[in-house]
Parts: sequence; C-alpha cells; structure tokens
Amino acid sequence: MEREGLTINPAKTCQPIGAMYAALGIHGCLPHSHGSQGCCSYHRSTLTRHYKEPVMAATSSFTEGASVFGGQANLLQSIETIFAVYDPEVIAVHSTCLSETIGDDLQQITKKASDDGKIPEGKYVIYASTPSFVGSHVTGYANMVSGMAEQFAVSTGAKTEQINIVAGWMEPSDMREIKDIAKAMGAKILLFPDTSDVLDAPQTGKHEFYPKGGVTIDGLKSSGDSKCSLALGCISAEPAAIALDKKCKVPFETVDMPIGLSATDRFVMALSKAAGVKVPAEITAARGRLVDVMADMEQYLHGKKVALFGDPDQLIPLTEFLLDLGMKPTHIVSGTPGMRFEKRMQEILERAPYANFKNGLGADMFLLHQWIKNEPVDLLIGNTYGKYIARDEQVPFVRFGFPILDRIGHSYFPNVGYMGGLRLVEKILGVLMDRQDQEALEEKFELVM
Amino acid sequence: MEAKIHLPDPSLIKEELIGKYPAKVAKKRSKSIVINDPETVPEVQANVRTVPGIITQRGCSYAGCKGVVLGPTRDIVNIVHGPIGCSFYAWLTRRNQTRPESPTDENYINYCFSTDMQEENVVFGGEKKLKVAIQEAYDLFHPKAIAIFSTCPVGLIGDDVHAASREMKEKLGDCNVFGFSCEGYRGVSQSAGHHIANNGVFKHMVGNNNTPVEGKFKLNLLGEYNIGGDAFEIERIFEKCGITLVASFSGNSTVRAIENAHMADLNVILCHRSINYMGDMMETRYGIPWMKVNFVGAESSAKSLRKIAEYFGDADLKARVEEVIAEEMPKVKAVIDEIRPRTEGKTAMLFVGGSRAHHYQDLFTELGMTTVAAGYEFAHRDDYEGREVLPNIKIDADSKNIEELKVTADPELYRPRKTEAELEELKAKGLEINGYEGMMKQMLRKSMVVDDVSHYESERLIELYKPDIFCAGIKEKYVVQKMGVPLKQLHSYDYGGPYTGFEGAVNFYRDIDRMVNNPVWKLIKAPWEQEAAEALEANYVA
Ligand code: SF4
Ligand code: SF4
Repeated sequence: MEREGLTINPAKTCQPIGAMYAALGIHGCLPHSHGSQGCCSYHRSTLTRHYKEPVMAATSSFTEGASVFGGQANLLQSIETIFAVYDPEVIAVHSTCLSETIGDDLQQITKKASDDGKIPEGKYVIYASTPSFVGSHVTGYANMVSGMAEQFAVSTGAKTEQINIVAGWMEPSDMREIKDIAKAMGAKILLFPDTSDVLDAPQTGKHEFYPKGGVTIDGLKSSGDSKCSLALGCISAEPAAIALDKKCKVPFETVDMPIGLSATDRFVMALSKAAGVKVPAEITAARGRLVDVMADMEQYLHGKKVALFGDPDQLIPLTEFLLDLGMKPTHIVSGTPGMRFEKRMQEILERAPYANFKNGLGADMFLLHQWIKNEPVDLLIGNTYGKYIARDEQVPFVRFGFPILDRIGHSYFPNVGYMGGLRLVEKILGVLMDRQDQEALEEKFELVM
Repeated sequence: MEAKIHLPDPSLIKEELIGKYPAKVAKKRSKSIVINDPETVPEVQANVRTVPGIITQRGCSYAGCKGVVLGPTRDIVNIVHGPIGCSFYAWLTRRNQTRPESPTDENYINYCFSTDMQEENVVFGGEKKLKVAIQEAYDLFHPKAIAIFSTCPVGLIGDDVHAASREMKEKLGDCNVFGFSCEGYRGVSQSAGHHIANNGVFKHMVGNNNTPVEGKFKLNLLGEYNIGGDAFEIERIFEKCGITLVASFSGNSTVRAIENAHMADLNVILCHRSINYMGDMMETRYGIPWMKVNFVGAESSAKSLRKIAEYFGDADLKARVEEVIAEEMPKVKAVIDEIRPRTEGKTAMLFVGGSRAHHYQDLFTELGMTTVAAGYEFAHRDDYEGREVLPNIKIDADSKNIEELKVTADPELYRPRKTEAELEELKAKGLEINGYEGMMKQMLRKSMVVDDVSHYESERLIELYKPDIFCAGIKEKYVVQKMGVPLKQLHSYDYGGPYTGFEGAVNFYRDIDRMVNNPVWKLIKAPWEQEAAEALEANYVA
C-alpha cells in the first residue's frame, strides 16, 4: 500500500541533530539549539547513546511566550549565560522547527548580540538554519559545516599549500583514519569538522568540557587560503566546499565518501593529485591487503542478497562496495531526500538493475520490511533499528550508520579507507559465517573456511 | 535526622554553586538551591522556567505526554504530528516493556509513527496530511485507538488536531481517535505534558467501558511505566497477595483496561508528579480515593502492601500480605547482609525525574548509604515539600495555559468507596490518602536540595562532595563517569532492572555494589602516571 500521510519507522531524523554533531567537531565549541528544550534534550540523548560520551549543548528553552513573541530575548540571554558559565571559544547556534516557524532570524540576532557587547572579545557565535521540516539530519550536518566554513574562512590573498578536506557525516574513527591516510601520503590537509579526540575521549578521571580535538578556529579561518578543497560526500560535505569556493575562491572537487575499495581508490587519487604527491607504498600495500581478502573470501560473499538503509553519502559507496564484493544490493532505503543522491545511486545501480531503491518521503523502514518480506535477503545492513527486522525475518545483521545504540566500536574502528573496508568485510563475513555455523547440520558443520 | 557522615558546610556550597552566574541568574537559581531541614521544610522554587543557555537536563511537554504517559500502552497507535525528529527520538528509547497476552494481540510499542511534516505543510497547514495519516494507520492496522501528539510547529500554524481527531473518529466508526496539544513549548518541562496526557486519557478513555471487574480487592496502579519490567514485578506481588489489578497507568497496559479503570476501588500512585491529576479526577467523578505508595525499596514495598491491606480493611488480605512479605523478605535480607558491608557509609546523589529522586533514596538507605544531595528535573513544590503546600503555590504564566479539567461527580457511576470518616481514620493510621509527604521530610538536615540542576551545578556538587554514586539520566551518564564517579541511570536503568518490589530491590543492590566497588575506578591512572604523582608527593614532603 502506498502511503501519503504516514511515515512508519523512519530511515532518517531531523536536521538539528546533524548540526549539533557537526558543531562538536570544532575545538572549544558549545552547540546551541535555538528552540524548545525538548529538541536539545533529544539530540543530546541520541548522540550520547550513540557515542557513550559526554555531549554538551545548550538550549534557548522556549516557552509559550517566546513562541508567540519570538525567541530573540531567549537567545540573547543564552549567549550571555553560556559565555559567563561555560566560556567556549565559539557558540554554534542552530535553529529548530519551532524557531523557523516563528521566523527568528539567527543572523540578525547574533549581530544584535555582538552589537550589544554580549560576545566577549576574541569569541564567536556562528549559526546555521536547520528547520526540521526540510531535508534530514544529514542536510542539517551539511548546513552547519557550510556555516562554519562560510562564517570563519578568510582569504588573505596568499594561497597556501593546504588542502581542505570537508568530512561528510562520518565517525570520529573515520576522521582519524582520513588524517592518517593524508599523513602517510605527505599531504598537508585541514580536516573539518573533526570529532576525533572529542567523541572518543579517554578516561582520565576528569571531565574535559572542551576535549582536546576539533578543528581550531584558526584552522577554519585558514581554509579560505587553502589551494583547494576535497569534499567527501556530495550531500553532507559538498555544500561547505561550494560555500568556500563562493566566498574565498577555493576550487573544489567532490568525491564519494571513501568507503570500500573503489571509493577509497578515487579518494586517494584525488588527494594525490591535489597535493601533488605520489601514493606511497604503504597505502598501496593497505589496498593490496583489502583486495587480497576480497579475492580469498569471494565464495562466501558472491551472490548474497543484501538489504540496506541509511544515509546518502554512506549508501552510495557502500552499495558500490557490495557490488565489488560480488554481492547483490537488493533493497535500499533512505529517508533523506535529494535528486543528487538519487542520480548518483542510479549510476551505481546500473550494475544492479534488479535493485529496489527509494529515498525521501515514504522511504521508511516499514517499506523496507515489506520489500524484504516479498523478496527475502541474506544480509541486512543499517543502524540499530534494523535489529527488529533482522529478528522478525531471521536475517544476519551488520550494524552500520547512525545511530548505533546497542553496540560499541564505531567510534574507534573506521569504516573509511582500506582499513575500513577490511573491517566491513570482516563484519559481513562474521555474521554470514555465524549463520552458516548455526544452521549447519551436524555432518555439514565445517571447521575451516 | 543528622548525618552520620560528615557533610561539608552547605551554605558555602551554595555560594560555590551560584558564584559564577551572572547576577540575575544567580538570584534566580539561589531560590531553587536549598539547604534541607526535614522539620521546617524550607520552600524550594520549582516548576519555573529554565534559564536559557544554562544546560539543563529537562525535556519538553511532548516528551512527558507521549514519551512518559501514553507511550507504554501497547495497543494505541501513537501518531506524532510534526516533523520527523520528535517521533524518531522517542522511538523505543524509554524501555517500556509490555507483554501481550497472546501473539495475535495488538502491540505497537516497537513502531514509530509520524506525519513527517514538510515545508508545504507548515506553510499551508498539516491537517489534511494528518487525516490521511490516520486513515492509513487505520487501513493498515485497524487499531482500537489512535492518539495524535502535536509537536512544536503544530500549534503555531494553527492545525486543530482535536477537530481532525473528532472527524476521523466519526468517519472510522470503530476506532477511538483523540489528540493532545502537547507542543514542546508548553509549560516549562515534561511536567506540562503529564498534565495534558492525564486530561486526555481521562476525557477520551477512562469510563468508556462499564463491564464489571471480578475480584475482591480491585485497584489501579498509577504512575508506573514498566521501565525495565518494574510493573511485571508489582503484578507478580499483587497476584500473590490476591489483589486484582484493574488498570495500570500505563506500564504494560491496554486500551480496554484503561477504559475500565473506574471499576476499581482504589488508586495507588507511584509517581505522584506524572499522574496525580488522574487520581484527583477519578476521585471526583467516581468516588475512588487515591493513596500514595512506593514500590521502590523492599521495606517500602512491604509498607505499601500493608497500607493497601489496611485500606481494604480485610483480615484475610492483611494475613495474606504478611505471609507474602514473610516469604519474600528473607531472600532480600540475605543479599543485603552480603552486600551491606561493602556499601555502608557510602554517599549518593540523585538528580532525576519527578519522583525517582525521592523513591530511590529508600534503596540507598537499605544499603546503608546516605543521600547527600537530591533534586528533581521537572517536579513541583508539592513533590519536595508535601501536598500541604498546594494552596500556597502560585501558578505562573507558563503553566496557566495548561487546561484544568472541570470534573464533576458522574450521576450514575459516582460511588464513594469510603466515607469521609473512614478516610480520616485511615489517614490517622498513616496512610497517605489523597496526600503525599514529599521528598524533603525524608532527607537529612543540611543535605542539599536542588531543583532543575544545571550541568555546571552538578559538576561542582560532584567535585565538592565526591559522592560514591550519582543517579541521573543518559545525558549526564558519561560526563559523571569521566569524573571517575559511577552514574546510575534512573530513567533507563542502564538497561537493567526491574528495580521495584522485592526482586527489584535485589537487582538494585547488586547493581550498586557492582558499580561502587568496580575495579575499573582504580585503573584510571596509568602506572607511570601514578609513579610520577608519588614521586612528586615524596619530593614535596621532603
Ligand atoms: S522535529 Fe523539530 S521539534 Fe522535533 S526534535 Fe526535531 S527540531 Fe525539535
Ligand atoms: S519517574 Fe520520572 S520520568 Fe518516570 S514517570 Fe516519574 S517523573 Fe516521570
């Protein structure tokens, strides 16, 4: 049954949580939710459950009065309280569906805060518009990342050798891996946002309100002088690269998020070209290890049908990787809308004409479940909520994406790069082989793979 | 009561907590930070607006309405009218367990329904989409009931969820459809949503079904949401005692049970904050008195059972209750005896919810631990100071717009279960009939009571008191643990539980023992860091 009014079990959430996550990738930043306090509480809770780490953010705590008369007074008071009590380098304000419906103008309110002297010398307030009735958590992330680029970057006129790498929505582990790859290649990069050393902080017996990690404000300022930008993901990263190009004439290239072999290949090539460096032997060897495993394990993967759901910049390269592994991406769903995403998926799915794919309105997990019932699959890949389908349909399940509420690891072990690809293959093989072992008849139970 | 352990000078602590705030904020917060005296019970400013930007634990009215009160009932299709986020975040995150009687029974607990409002709905109105959504939910599931929850933008764009619900109820014929105006900006916290939920459930559900209920001792359990299976344990105990549970509001409940709730002869209230309105309204309309009980803590559970038996005034029930207690208690005692030497003298802080910060103190007392500071996230003054302060509470502008239903006695169904004289007699025996003492009378002199504690205040409190355990929610969990102090989540129980009744008490003792005595807290410093610290100290001494 086609539904037009009702979403059941969504495969997306709202923009502000993405903005909050992105803002945590700036060093010394306190994210601020301009709306009722429920939104902020929900976003913090969800991010906390996903990372098992402190997630600090403040809210304008709208009441009925603010909803009628506008939230300017609330935001001004927030700014004053936050700088007095929590002393951040920067407050990153995002809107919510409430403040957007009222029509609060964040640019005007932050300007007023500055004119009224509420922003201390050397401190900043940046903003992004993230109404929840548009896009999804992914576009909210993109908006905040463009906001930080646009509002901090300056061009002094003197270009540097630096390359901006705009991280699409990825985990702290992934961001760390990107930096490691760049280092191994000898490319001088500025990665932003950067949540490594923020949302994977060590236990020290002390709570660091502003952990060590995050892109610095000076770093962000310098992005305007970089010689070029590389955006990792056409939905969550490219808008920031475009913003930098517009404001500071930093040319950019967009590549898919480097998940799996082919997308990582393209990223490595793009980076080597941009930085004018050769790909070092250690990266080639890492690639070789991944291909080696792919070749050796092909019999266990070949032809296996996969259902997957999640976010655009992950689904695009992941689908491609599954095809490279000889698997059959059969049902694919994402709640995030967008023509760009659709087009890129169609390109990838030319190799899989049998696949069902739907994104945007109506593309929810209830639909995915129906598809799986109609045409069963061997493997399900997606966020934690997939476990209900996996249990109902007895499908092996690999957790991947956001949010993952019932397992750890995503903050520490990357999915990007060749190492990330290896980890994905390991996880996929693990659940498939466990299933084989569980179901094998006594006489067919194998010792060796 | 004086503390057995040494407490720091509370007036100095209070200074520390507000010292960094801008003057106006300090003035406001100082009224919510109180040094307790159980005899005189000082006034606590509560249920007032949170200071913007201060970093609060609080959530919103929608969370209180849909998340807390309506969420646990398994056979209502709960459609959230608004953009996607609100519905997504409340999806299965509260751990309301439910146990359908048969596999074919309706159960929507695992589902998340939303109208996923888009820009054009905000501009041109979303009522049409809402009605389509209701129809689609009906066509797919044929539920007994569909509830609609408004989120922030809905009220502002003028969607009338009540009119849409009425229209669809009429159209569908065999499905009860009703709406809640629980937009997140209403009131100052989840508390507004509790009230709105109580009103709606009372108006649209309670009293819909007059089928008599079998049983001699019939009661409803109010303010118990079956997190981690709490309600299952209470059900077990009731069954053992021969007490009939008509309806639960709302853990492990069904539409039918709630519609039938007015057939009970007593309402027992666990979480006073979230459900007291229901108790009052049912008393006025049907003549069913309510009584405050507490099933958190083994002693408290025993006490509550005795109170229930006393209320019904039946010798057999009293005897049976004593038998059950005698049967259950030895298992509990054995665990306390084993654990208490390891927990005795330790300290706890509780900052959570609207009743748990009070109830869980009983469990800590049973472990020989002291509560040095506590406060609620969204309670009112009566939950701190006791219901006797109700007449003195000024309702401010933020709470004024929350509807107070005008309830009158039902001409046919009103039947006072007890006479005034009987009720007075029961009260004289210590039963909290239509009453609640609040948290502070139970807390130590000079302990700290802080309402709507801010992040800054809780960090300072931990630094100053160095408690052995801190109880709060998920947002605080890893912050506090980073400080080397274990945090027990009292919303989700850290995915453990149940903690109610006798078996629950044992679960809790074991969890607390494990947490406060966990070897990991001694492993935080690397050996080389320890060595360096010791060397430094030795140098200093020399
Ligand atoms: S959908 Fe809107 S009201 Fe709901 S959590 Fe997101 S921003 Fe807040
Ligand atoms: S314990 Fe807290 S969240 Fe739960 S019902 Fe009571 S007040 Fe509400």
